[in-house]
Amino acid sequence: MANFETVEVSTDLLIVGGGFSACGAATEASYWAKKNGLKVVMVDKAALDRSGAVAMGLSAINQYVGVKDGENTVEDYIRYVRQDLMGVSREDLVYNIARHVDSTVHLFEKWGLKIWKDEEGKYVHEGRWQIMINGESYKIIIAEAAKNALAEAGGELYERVFIVDPLMDGNRCVGAVGFSTRENKFYVFKAKAVVVGMGGAVHVFRPRSVGEGFGRSWYPPFNSGSSAYFTIRAGAEMTCQEVRFIPVRFKDAYGPVGAWFLLFKSRAISAEGGDYMVERVDELQNWAPYGLAKPIPANLRNYLGMLDVDAGLGPLYMETDEAIQKIAHEFKDDPKAFKRKMKELESEAWEDFLDMTISQAILWASLNVKPEEKHSEIAACEPYFIGSHSGASGAWVSGPEDMDTPYKWGYANMTTADGLFAVGDGSGASSHKFSSGSHTEGRIAGKAAIKYILEKGQEPTVDMARVEALKKEILTPMDLMVENKGKMTDPEINTAYIMPRQFLHRLQKIMDEYAGGVTAAFKTSKALLERGLELMSLLKEDAGKQAARDLHELTRAWENTQRMWIAESHIRSMLFREETRWPGYYFRADTPKMDDENWLCFVNCRWDPGTGEWEMMKKDIWNIPGV
Amino acid sequence: MPSYVITEKCDGCKGQDRTACMYICPNDLMVLDMDGSAGYGEMKAYNRDPQMCWECMCCVKLCPQQAMDVRGYADFVPLGASATPLRGSEDIMWTVKFRDGSIKRFKFPTRTTPEGSADPLGGFATHDDINSEALATEPESLGLDAIPTPK
Repeated sequence: MANFETVEVSTDLLIVGGGFSACGAATEASYWAKKNGLKVVMVDKAALDRSGAVAMGLSAINQYVGVKDGENTVEDYIRYVRQDLMGVSREDLVYNIARHVDSTVHLFEKWGLKIWKDEEGKYVHEGRWQIMINGESYKIIIAEAAKNALAEAGGELYERVFIVDPLMDGNRCVGAVGFSTRENKFYVFKAKAVVVGMGGAVHVFRPRSVGEGFGRSWYPPFNSGSSAYFTIRAGAEMTCQEVRFIPVRFKDAYGPVGAWFLLFKSRAISAEGGDYMVERVDELQNWAPYGLAKPIPANLRNYLGMLDVDAGLGPLYMETDEAIQKIAHEFKDDPKAFKRKMKELESEAWEDFLDMTISQAILWASLNVKPEEKHSEIAACEPYFIGSHSGASGAWVSGPEDMDTPYKWGYANMTTADGLFAVGDGSGASSHKFSSGSHTEGRIAGKAAIKYILEKGQEPTVDMARVEALKKEILTPMDLMVENKGKMTDPEINTAYIMPRQFLHRLQKIMDEYAGGVTAAFKTSKALLERGLELMSLLKEDAGKQAARDLHELTRAWENTQRMWIAESHIRSMLFREETRWPGYYFRADTPKMDDENWLCFVNCRWDPGTGEWEMMKKDIWNIPGV
Repeated sequence: MPSYVITEKCDGCKGQDRTACMYICPNDLMVLDMDGSAGYGEMKAYNRDPQMCWECMCCVKLCPQQAMDVRGYADFVPLGASATPLRGSEDIMWTVKFRDGSIKRFKFPTRTTPEGSADPLGGFATHDDINSEALATEPESLGLDAIPTPK
């Protein structure tokens, strides 16, 4: 076995992950930990300042309810999420996040985030729930508060440590193992409770760009399904693993369209000039009641555009020129004011890209795009797993304690494994959390986990033989390389092993072609999914044959394995749900209609660590009475 | 190659315990070729896997030598354009160069407080009740008298 020193770290609470939800957990948990003499340890695979989905920045906060000013109620938000997810949401979780999220945003503002304000000092809205920010340093500011909170409470932050597997004592989570991405060290974290906030997953499906632009996914390529892998391997129940998310964005660079749709009131059209949201309005009848209510769910808006593409009416375009001309018309009597307005809008449009998708600014500059003169192409991205956005995949977690919810077996946000909490993209069926809601969910779980430790915490019993076995398994890719590389002249082509990048391509090919990726036009069927599973079973056997020359490739190998597990849960969940409910995310061609009678329910799944078998389950949907 | 290092400007963050780009890259892509044995030049940094680069420019913004930039993904970005940041402690200046040679400049604020000063509790009143649904700074941080509860 490769020579890695084993480093043991003991703590009361372990937070794995470094993005918004993990930072929320660290900030809140540190406060309660300090009061109660407990220790908090946080582990990030990158540098906290720029890790997670908001590493680059953001140009808006997408969840602000505005309760204090009477803008909306918490109940309004529940109705919004229910509608967007075609009836499938954990309303207790959505409620819990929505009632706390405004305080998170107010904290962000205190910490130094620049939120746009109007003359009256009110936040400037992009849409009903969305507020505008100057968000280049959004993650740095949120990380700073988490670091300061940890430091005040005597906590510790480990950066550049990649967490792989959970440590279990029966159904109780007692820690995690992983390795440093910088030095030959194997880490064993022992804890009384663990909060998982390691993000969603990208590169499970083949991206549209497969050359240099392979990394230009909309959601970041370093989010590899670590959360889902961790909770699945802990034997925790998962939910909505079929509910992937596909955003429609400016084509190729995947720059945001929110400002153009919401601020500029721009339309999207086909190459023939038709507005698919108008021309295909009848199609929405097939998806009633959700298709007939406003706002039209994101997946249905996607779907109407996809129907145009299927009919050969592509490319699709964002009518930026028309939108700007409309604004010009409003100012036709005041050219000076128009010039001022245009300068302001131009700056806003470019900041939207530069704050969060710099590639889009480079692409527009390289194409000499002048949005006031010519429209720009939009397209559906490849599928992603992002339960914090309009997807819903993640762990099945316990609801808030003060609510009469049927989904309550422990502390808020605790999974079905004792002492294991999931947040952000790691917790499912509580969509539309975005950055602020994910941070909020982290805060909720951070407090609940400390409460769990105070009431039920036990000294972790860690089976060191199991740790040794995990160490051997996790370091196998390095051993395989050392043992076999000399046998063939090319270190990347060897009969004894497969390189991580090629393994990733093999996973992506299965998912793309059988599970409804881009080249399959997001369509799949029972037969395709079953064939995909057959190929997946062989891929799983070969996962342990990935080889690594260094710590970087070792990380890549395990990221791939994590992706493979979320992929399997995805195929199994799509196979189990015999209907099509989110046609703009995936379309089951053999069951093309929505079937409320049989499938207005959650699809949950659980991998049994004892038997290695998957169990698929239906769970009833509970609506909050009177909402 | 998405992010790249300008040979002449990169000094390998001499005298530091780690290079800025290596420290910050969220995808663990930047490497320092200490002795030049990797073929990139002694004490020069490089992107070890441009295909996995997100073009987030975290490295470009942090580089103390301004030795880094991004060249748009070659498989769909025509040559000749760039977006170059100059990030200070409270704002960021962008220079966007178009393929046709035209240039646009933008300046955006990045934060309203001094770096490092974020108070985790935001100056809001706190409480001691771990059994309450109210988080540490609530209800004051909500701007309400009490947190909303189910009807």
